[in-house]
Amino acid sequence: MNEHSGFLVLIRRTARHRGAAVGMVLLALFLLAAVFAPVIAPCDPLAQNLDEGLSGPSVSHWLGQDKFGRDVLSRLIYGARLSLAVGLGTVGISLLIGLAAGSLAGFLGGGVDRIFTGACDILLAFPGILLAIGIAAVRGPSFGNVLFALSVLGWVGYARVIRAQVLSVKTREFVESARAVGSSPARLLLRHILPNAISPILVEATFGIARAIVAEAGLSFLGLGVAPPAASWGSMIGEGRHFLFIAPHLVTAPGAAILLTVMAFNFLGDGLRDALDVRQ
Amino acid sequence: MKRYLLGRLLRTIPVVFGVVTVVFLLIHLLPGDPVDIMLGESAVPAQKEELRRELHLDRPILSQYASYLSGIPRGDLGVSFRSREPVLGEIARRIPATVLLAATSITVAVLVALPLGVLAAMRRGKAADYLSGFAAMLSLSIPNFLLGPLLVLLFSVQLGLLPVSGYGAGRPLVLPAVTLGTGMAALLTRMVRATLLEELRKEYVTAAIARGLPYRSAVARHALRNALVPVVTALGLSFGAVLAGSVITETIFSWPGIGRLLIQAIDARDYPLVQGCVLVIALSTVAVNLATDILCARLDPRIRYE
Repeated sequence: MNEHSGFLVLIRRTARHRGAAVGMVLLALFLLAAVFAPVIAPCDPLAQNLDEGLSGPSVSHWLGQDKFGRDVLSRLIYGARLSLAVGLGTVGISLLIGLAAGSLAGFLGGGVDRIFTGACDILLAFPGILLAIGIAAVRGPSFGNVLFALSVLGWVGYARVIRAQVLSVKTREFVESARAVGSSPARLLLRHILPNAISPILVEATFGIARAIVAEAGLSFLGLGVAPPAASWGSMIGEGRHFLFIAPHLVTAPGAAILLTVMAFNFLGDGLRDALDVRQ
Repeated sequence: MKRYLLGRLLRTIPVVFGVVTVVFLLIHLLPGDPVDIMLGESAVPAQKEELRRELHLDRPILSQYASYLSGIPRGDLGVSFRSREPVLGEIARRIPATVLLAATSITVAVLVALPLGVLAAMRRGKAADYLSGFAAMLSLSIPNFLLGPLLVLLFSVQLGLLPVSGYGAGRPLVLPAVTLGTGMAALLTRMVRATLLEELRKEYVTAAIARGLPYRSAVARHALRNALVPVVTALGLSFGAVLAGSVITETIFSWPGIGRLLIQAIDARDYPLVQGCVLVIALSTVAVNLATDILCARLDPRIRYE
């Protein structure tokens, strides 16, 4: 079986999981909205109309308008771009660092592994998004700083998973045989060990995207995310909560978007985990 | 046990040093001159010089690090540059509120998760299992910065039952504790279900039922007790997540704890106070993780000999 058909089998097995199938459909819609935002969005997400501030849903503004009279639906659609960019960007950067650090620590062992474990222990002592809050607070609100703040801690989880996988795979017979026929350490790691250690990372990365989206929204909620007036679901909730009594749609609309997206990624992660679990 | 204890304590020392170092470096991540950022561009040079001296920023970085490090054992985390009070004193005043909120939300989480997880495991594949599974997934997916405003919308705005904000052990505590505890309750429910199902498959449970013990007693007296050890570990380890979550929850409900202090310090660009809050939360997490490990080693002798 080649890698391509292996991937197709994985997709098919994942789609058999009812929750994962729903998650895939939701994520496809979310992706389409993000990619085609300029075409789909009915208004300019930054266009203000102060006279109509805090108006409820209407024919011209399906999800109402915020305090500056900006169209909530358009901001929501553009917000999908930001969430997706932060989710994929954070996971991409974290995966790169995590793969490099985790595989080297597991493969080389000894002092490198001890330094790696020590660094992980220190970073994991900072709970949840606390360190990201600290970093974002001193660096200021911007897209780059959000990616930096979330990736500083984000790589640790992937690195630990990949280290454990490499430790287990490197003692298998096919690796020993490759070593015996003279494969270089780099070839051993890249060609033989990593491809066989990568699948749990797929599951972890799926959950990681959901975590990054929530973390970005949390930072934006606190005013530490992407700089205004850019549309972020978290900052939309943060601004909207001050008008809960008169305009609850300012919280419920972006709230529903976050909830559905995160649930979709979590369901997909569950489905992938089941599909990759040989005991199933 | 003594050997294990000593080893575990020794392993904590570099972590504490690392945490202190990372927090120390935070202020040096500021883009530009920290003094300019804190005082604004309109400040006169004399003011800037004074603050620079106060924060030891006029000294070489290693000397700054040494004085920061030597201050910590004496409880000297610097001075808040807005209130001119010691950072530790400001934080100490906020600790009771955060402890009250964290302890209540953990209690709520355990009280919800334990019966729900047991029910889901005992009724595996039935409606109760699916319902609790869906509720857990929903609760895990809903971030506290969304759940908080939604609870306010329902219980304060629509029903008028609970206050929007305030501080106290009674009604003002309900919404913040539920907001903070929901994610943890979901995590624990899934964990109790999974570990209990694992135990129920084991032979000693089958043997207990074969001896004539009713199924419920076999679950309650035998399987559940063994299933709870990993749950206790998870509970201890998630304390840190609760503290981190309290930053957002306290902000939503204007709860006067360390989390809100941190956000107020960020808004005021009071970086010594920001550093102090991050340090205290991180070190509390390290301490609780250490206590959890020691407790688990006492509960399960196998851990001590690994």
